[in-house]
Amino acid sequence: MQEFDLVIIGGGPAGLGAAVAASEQGIKNILILERENKLGGILNQCIHNGFGLQLFKEELTGPEYAQRFIKMIESKEIRYKTNTMVIDLNRDKLLTAVSKADGIFTIQAKAIILAMGCRERPRGALNIPGTRCSGIFTAGTAQKFVNIKGMMPGKNIVILGSGDIGLIMARRMTLEGAHVNAVVELMPYSAGLTRNIVQCLDDYDIPLMLSHTVTNIVGKDRLEGVFIAPVDENRKPILEMEKFIPCDTLLLSVGLLPENELSKKASVKLSPLTSGAEVDEGRETNIDGIFACGNVLHVHDLVDHVTEESYIAGKAAAKFLKGLRKRSYVIDVIASEGIRYAVPKYINPVNIEKDLELSFRVKDICKDHYVSVYFDNARVTHHKKKILTPGEMQTVKITSEMLSTHSHCRAISIRVEKE
Amino acid sequence: MYDVAIIGAGISGMSIARELSKYDLKVCVLEKEVDIAMGTTKANSAIVHAGFDAKPDSLKGMLNAAANRLFDQLSKELDFHFRRNGSLVLCFDKKDIEHLEFLRQQGIQNGVPNLLILDKAAVKEMEPNLSEDVVAALYAPTGGIVCPYEMAIGMAENAYENGVEFYFENKVLDIKKSDDGYRIITDKNTYISKVVINAAGVHSDEINNLVSSNKLNIIPRRGEYCVFDKEVGSYIDKTIFQLPTKLGKGVLVTPTVDGNLLIGPNAVDIDDKDDLSTTKSGLDEILNKASLSIKKMPSHAIIASFTGLRARTEADDFIIGEVPDAKGFINVAGIESPGLSSAPCIAMMVKDIVVEILAPQEKANFNPVRKGIPHFSEMSNEDRQSLIAQNPAYGQIVCRCETVSEGEILSAIHRPLGATTLDGIKRRTRAGSGRCQSGFCMTRVLDILSSELEIKRTEVTKFGGESRLLVGKNKEDV
Amino acid sequence: MEQKALVCIGCPLGCRLEVTIENSEVLHVTGQSCKKGWAYAFKEYTNPTRILTTTVVVENGYPEVASVKTEKDIPKNKLFECIKELKEVSLTAPVHINDIVITNVANTGVNVIATTNCEALDTK
Repeated sequence: MQEFDLVIIGGGPAGLGAAVAASEQGIKNILILERENKLGGILNQCIHNGFGLQLFKEELTGPEYAQRFIKMIESKEIRYKTNTMVIDLNRDKLLTAVSKADGIFTIQAKAIILAMGCRERPRGALNIPGTRCSGIFTAGTAQKFVNIKGMMPGKNIVILGSGDIGLIMARRMTLEGAHVNAVVELMPYSAGLTRNIVQCLDDYDIPLMLSHTVTNIVGKDRLEGVFIAPVDENRKPILEMEKFIPCDTLLLSVGLLPENELSKKASVKLSPLTSGAEVDEGRETNIDGIFACGNVLHVHDLVDHVTEESYIAGKAAAKFLKGLRKRSYVIDVIASEGIRYAVPKYINPVNIEKDLELSFRVKDICKDHYVSVYFDNARVTHHKKKILTPGEMQTVKITSEMLSTHSHCRAISIRVEKE
Repeated sequence: MYDVAIIGAGISGMSIARELSKYDLKVCVLEKEVDIAMGTTKANSAIVHAGFDAKPDSLKGMLNAAANRLFDQLSKELDFHFRRNGSLVLCFDKKDIEHLEFLRQQGIQNGVPNLLILDKAAVKEMEPNLSEDVVAALYAPTGGIVCPYEMAIGMAENAYENGVEFYFENKVLDIKKSDDGYRIITDKNTYISKVVINAAGVHSDEINNLVSSNKLNIIPRRGEYCVFDKEVGSYIDKTIFQLPTKLGKGVLVTPTVDGNLLIGPNAVDIDDKDDLSTTKSGLDEILNKASLSIKKMPSHAIIASFTGLRARTEADDFIIGEVPDAKGFINVAGIESPGLSSAPCIAMMVKDIVVEILAPQEKANFNPVRKGIPHFSEMSNEDRQSLIAQNPAYGQIVCRCETVSEGEILSAIHRPLGATTLDGIKRRTRAGSGRCQSGFCMTRVLDILSSELEIKRTEVTKFGGESRLLVGKNKEDV
Repeated sequence: MEQKALVCIGCPLGCRLEVTIENSEVLHVTGQSCKKGWAYAFKEYTNPTRILTTTVVVENGYPEVASVKTEKDIPKNKLFECIKELKEVSLTAPVHINDIVITNVANTGVNVIATTNCEALDTK
């Protein structure tokens, strides 16, 4: 059995960022375990630009962004193993992994950072009726075929779901010679970033059909077409208005789910709202010394935010290893009116050095509403927002002054208010 | 010239092939699809029924309970998963308890052991997640669950090892009586055989009608199912049936032998024997009906839905036997539920007919044992370690959801009657059958199929025919 | 005077811009969170440009295609012309980030560069 101070499960942006941050805090004995054949995670297939504006002040593609971190990992001599799958983890931070090179091996870690990312919801999760022909892919699978293998999964496309990967793939497929008929979205608003609607759909005249869904899948061997229909206010399809779109490919971009199967094995408590761990301000879970960051914690829109969060987790893990992290006097963070979820779930004020940010998503689109932060019943901040959409993660800042002013506060709640 | 030609590589055909491979016979299997178990066998309830459901004077009643007893040994010999989890028939109305008693008596006549009627308290103790509306249940401890395609593949591989020949993608177009037997004309070739066994599933009427004036008519009956994530696979332990309610015939809720939860089927007669589509109304129906049995339907955890077709005939029973106006032509038709459960005894019955016609010798060197693909996910770490030491490919995990290694996928391709498609890999290894439904491993499995079979990536299919996954390279059409 | 609504694509914030146009000239822009907003609005109205990202084939490479991008934004109406030029390109492994794939693509004066590393496969 090997021993490490810090083992990071997942070598995507979250894992790499956490490793860099922990290393910068003086932690030496770090190991990253990555199941794919190289570091970088999903960034390797996100060949579009738009990454790193916040962090590096320049616009990078996914592989370039990953490479910046891989270089840091190498210059800091942080150890990593690729093609390595962690198959078991327990609450005592004992993990079992497997690879061709090492066979089955166990590691005892003093701290662990969970950074396994997320997976895409498959067709079955939506229970779309029809046949089980070929030609139905998640957008991410199609992205891997096109961007890593240079292979086209289809030529005549319908995309269900307007998540960012779906929008990005609408543009990619078009540029590579496919025809994208439409992006079909169940909700009355897009789940993706507005700028992606502009540069991935509008630029190529691809229609975005809001409040529509796929009602049937037709095709014996390969997909021959899909039926789509508008939905009513209860999101039920209006079948009288169903129409057929011939196509050979249906791409699904209908949501991402944090991959927490290992977390469950380690008895990490998960939030039903995010499907990720319930964490405190250092992204530490209910299990001492097990941290989580990135899309395994909650699904992010931007890799820059993942990196920010991974720095928080990496620093906190370093503090934990030095025995400097305290868990006492907990303030609950509550997603109140209009808020779907907020991260972190708890704050230990004693660990706050300066400020902290709470990330949250709203439940519905709100125009000209206020985002308010309450310390118990006292409204402390109150900012007007032109537009809030569930597709775009928001943050509010909590300063150490606020925390010391409200030193006996039990709960901080975030609300969307009309005035 | 074959002694026996079996048409159809489903569970009936494969059980018969294996049974006949015990004899000195030249046997071939003709299958129109690219793989074993591509029809009704791949999509059904995956239940080994105890055998109380059918009338004692029917073939179903005679074969089911007897076949049920053979599964323990078969599953060991052929290395497929089988679990005697027991089954419960739920009763929701005190007035219907007498119907449970009727089933119990019928079961006793059919030879089903240890049937018990349980009161509500006993049922709830056995299955705490059942609905509060249950008033009593019939408990059949011999009921079991099995993976039907794994079983059919096990039978097939063992038959192959014992000398049976297989011809896939051979669709039978015509059968002609000749002096020494039958000429079977497929879209690829002509096969001559003394005896023909018609195990063509929903198409067995068409095959029968080529040779007999005693026409059969199979009505494909659609049954829809939903499969749930393993996360809720142990929500219940027994196979849960319902007595018919005012909503009609009930649907079942069962764990699968692989650890998922399965609900279904409904029953809708359709015209098209190739129509494997699911419908909104059908999926709603099974979800609604299954909700009567359990406390809470874990709808959030559905990972896939599918349709299976049962080969229904008006006879309401299996049709097994030599056709009177076509000597040497044996029908195995109308094999709907409990066809899977009865398959081992159907095979013996057919074997007896063949033995009577051809009087073959038993083989001295028949090997009853087939070893399946070692499943990484089911091994101890010690066994994993030694397997990886022998073959490092078992250390590379390809399907993360089901923890399937590259070694298993390579074995699935290279073993006898190996996989040639994505679904073929899935049915042999479970790669792609987990919660992400092959989102992550599809690209990798496709590459492995392409390189091991030495075919272009655009030629790799999901399940044969035109079910290709990739259509070309980037920019080809720009 | 004419009002036009645009969404700035300069960064993921996606600021909703209100552009005032008079005599075919951008007079006034509101709604931006930074100075990029004005520049974007001006460009988008006069000569919209985009960064192009795509793949090119790498002979004997792992992976078998390299991701590439235009070093700078290029006119929007040149995107498909660039794709056509890149269709004919085949690189030889190894490829490194920032390697020039093609110069002055579609006469835009802009180079296309690699955004990923591709190793050379062993050809035994």
